[in-house]
Amino acid sequence: MASYTVGDACRTRRPVINEIRIRLPALSANESVARAVVAAFCAAADPTATELADIKCAVSEAVTNCIVHAYREGTGDILLTARLLQDRLLCIEIRDRGCGIPDLGQAREPLYTTDAAGERSGMGFTVMESFCDGVRVSSTVGKGTTVTLCKRLRGRSTRT
Amino acid sequence: MIHKQPPSEETLCRQTEDGVLCVRLCGEIDHHRAATLRRTIDDAICRCHPTELRLDMSGIAFMDSSGLGLIMGRRALMDKLGGELIVVHPAPAARRMLQLAGMERIVRIEP
Repeated sequence: MASYTVGDACRTRRPVINEIRIRLPALSANESVARAVVAAFCAAADPTATELADIKCAVSEAVTNCIVHAYREGTGDILLTARLLQDRLLCIEIRDRGCGIPDLGQAREPLYTTDAAGERSGMGFTVMESFCDGVRVSSTVGKGTTVTLCKRLRGRSTRT
Repeated sequence: MIHKQPPSEETLCRQTEDGVLCVRLCGEIDHHRAATLRRTIDDAICRCHPTELRLDMSGIAFMDSSGLGLIMGRRALMDKLGGELIVVHPAPAARRMLQLAGMERIVRIEP
């Protein structure tokens, strides 16, 4: 298994305040469903509009990767787990059992894509890393990929 | 299953007399919706053969990197036709993605 971690937020261990798990068929119509579910889940933490936009974008990229790349030869399920940890740390795990990523370093490169014909921009991991405080990716070829997105929520009630 | 697009997310294409094709994009742009938008815009381009394609993105409420692919694909098509693509009035949701990708170096953005 290959993996990489960007940012320190994914390494933080804190008590879990709340958690949801959903299983979605890897259909493009479910990209908006995943965004809506995560937005509803983290609403209790009172995120700012920018924080919410960041989270929705990052989730959309990770879920789209599952549909476009992981299950490009067929179909399967996407397992999404969202956890709200103590002190407003949001961690979202998006897992597939697809083809895996043979070269994580290459996949992270801005503008790199294996689906140029599908007009993919190759900016998926760049968006995730830019809009989150931590991203962890672990992948095994032939078995699947898990992406963990972590975001510290300052929240509207604590904003100065 | 019939999935009817809400009126607020309809894509409006309008051609002016001077060869400009104006396309107003509204609502959300993700990988799922980008496929439909691509067909709608490309059909209009094939019908009108515009010298300029103006993508009005003032009504975009959400956009991920699929929107960048949509813009780059239309730019490539307009290049082939000898025309120009201009992104007009991008809403904050679109602008943040354009800025992240440095799209201002690739396409004209007004304002």
